[in-house]
Amino acid sequence: MSLLVVCDHDRGTITEASLEALTFGRPLAATAGIEMAAVVIGKGAERAAADLGAHGASTVHLASHGLLTDFGPEAWGETVAQLVRATAATAVLACGTDRGNEVVAQVAARLDEPFVANCRSIRPGAADWAITRVQWGGSLLEDVTLSAGVSLVTVAHHAVEATPAEVGAAGVVVPFSPDLDDALAHTIVVDRVVLTKGITLSTAPVVVGGGRGVGSAEAFGPLEELAALLGGVVGCSRAVTNNGWRPHSDQVGQTGTRIAPEIYIASGISGAIQHWVGAMAAKNILAINTDREANMVARAGHAVIGDLHQVIPAVIEEIRSRRG
Amino acid sequence: MRILVCVKRVPAPGARINVTADGLAVDSAHLGFTTSPHEECAVEEAVQLVEEHGGEVTVMTLGPAAAEEQLRYAASVGAHQFVLIPISEVDWDPQRTASALAGAIADVESADGAFDLVLFGNESADAGGFQVGVRVAYALGRPVVSGIKGIDIAAGVASARREIDGGFEVYNLPMPAVLGVKEGINLPRYPTMKGRLASKKAEVAVDERSVAPGGQARIRLHRPEETVSETVILGTGPEAAPAVVDLLEELGLLS
Repeated sequence: MSLLVVCDHDRGTITEASLEALTFGRPLAATAGIEMAAVVIGKGAERAAADLGAHGASTVHLASHGLLTDFGPEAWGETVAQLVRATAATAVLACGTDRGNEVVAQVAARLDEPFVANCRSIRPGAADWAITRVQWGGSLLEDVTLSAGVSLVTVAHHAVEATPAEVGAAGVVVPFSPDLDDALAHTIVVDRVVLTKGITLSTAPVVVGGGRGVGSAEAFGPLEELAALLGGVVGCSRAVTNNGWRPHSDQVGQTGTRIAPEIYIASGISGAIQHWVGAMAAKNILAINTDREANMVARAGHAVIGDLHQVIPAVIEEIRSRRG
Repeated sequence: MRILVCVKRVPAPGARINVTADGLAVDSAHLGFTTSPHEECAVEEAVQLVEEHGGEVTVMTLGPAAAEEQLRYAASVGAHQFVLIPISEVDWDPQRTASALAGAIADVESADGAFDLVLFGNESADAGGFQVGVRVAYALGRPVVSGIKGIDIAAGVASARREIDGGFEVYNLPMPAVLGVKEGINLPRYPTMKGRLASKKAEVAVDERSVAPGGQARIRLHRPEETVSETVILGTGPEAAPAVVDLLEELGLLS
């Protein structure tokens, strides 16, 4: 009887998303009356394993195998499925990142169990679990019951803030060697290409967003300038990528990138629901819009009513003059 | 080559999504419907691959009878064969959906030959279960990777690029393979007049399936409580610039 938290790491450093999963998992395991264990996989996992006791894992399974040098959704899913069987785990939890959802889906297929993705709250019961999960990227919630032999779930990214346990757990590291078929090598990363060094849309402290109101690809120049002055990056709405003004990698929203900057400056963006769900984790939102009734203005903490083509150059000018 | 794309009919919401009185579905009274965005791109990708390498694109959907509209849309942008798995309930859970699709795919393949590539959207825009493609791939015994924003086909291998923060990862899957595709892999074309006319004549095969529900059952849909924030209007036009910069300074972003 245990809750197994699948933890991801970046060359030995546990990811913030996985710490969110452990934070979410602690009260869940306590309510269910079961122990919380963690699993870390792949090269560098030993270093990541060492931190997890402080986050409440009583046991940390360190999975290693010749095929587990780099990420592979099927090899990872098979590893976790075998670990569930070996330890008789009754539940599996990961953070609902692209990787987390994919790996747990793999576990679900292999164990032939249901999988509830992107949960916001879970009330474990003796038989069924009562779960509230995210639909439409967060603009709608769905209450579901989960009836399963092994309960497989992910917690929606950013649903909780990662904190260490008030009282740490033992975090005893136990090696695990899965038995993996060579065919699983077909879905292991063979190459990794870095396009952007330094800050990216999902990590930037400032995002200057532009929507249909910007009007053209060229008109993003002042937004670029403002972003550069503030150490941030430019984002955009779906209308902008559909018009071919910016690459899709700049798109903020349900089908683009989820951002969580200190401030999101949303200019010329009306705020359709698909865009809003990508921006709502921003700590502050400043809307610049000619339409006082725009959704983005209504939802923002601060707003300037005006034409972004005049407001943004004026803001750039003001920053320059204050910096001297 | 033979490519199958699985698509889902979803409401096209604007600023707000309303729920029906029984809480079981999105109130579509004032909404249009569309193909879930990742899947619209998957159809476009399949059509482009077939334009380059030759072959045929089949599009399959599990949904209400009205989902025929999404199959005809796929016909208007270049897909060739169409299969509708009709359901009467609002939505099937992911396990049930995957089981029906895997069964239907196996039947099409035994009649017409195996698909080299099966494409899914990474996740549906509405339910967002993040699993149907993975389950189908496992049932069919084929390799699968999700989050794909680039596909190249050469010598029986699908080379797939997956977006990660600041770059991408590359996977080489021997075909037959399954990929979960994301918006941004291409910019879907609009239907031509010729395509629209052809789509009216497209034949849609209807494949009734009876599959037991899985272990995830919907109780109700509801909107999250919105934290109503009073928007502070910093000013109007360029005269608001000093107030904007004051705010940036307060947040410690000017240093």
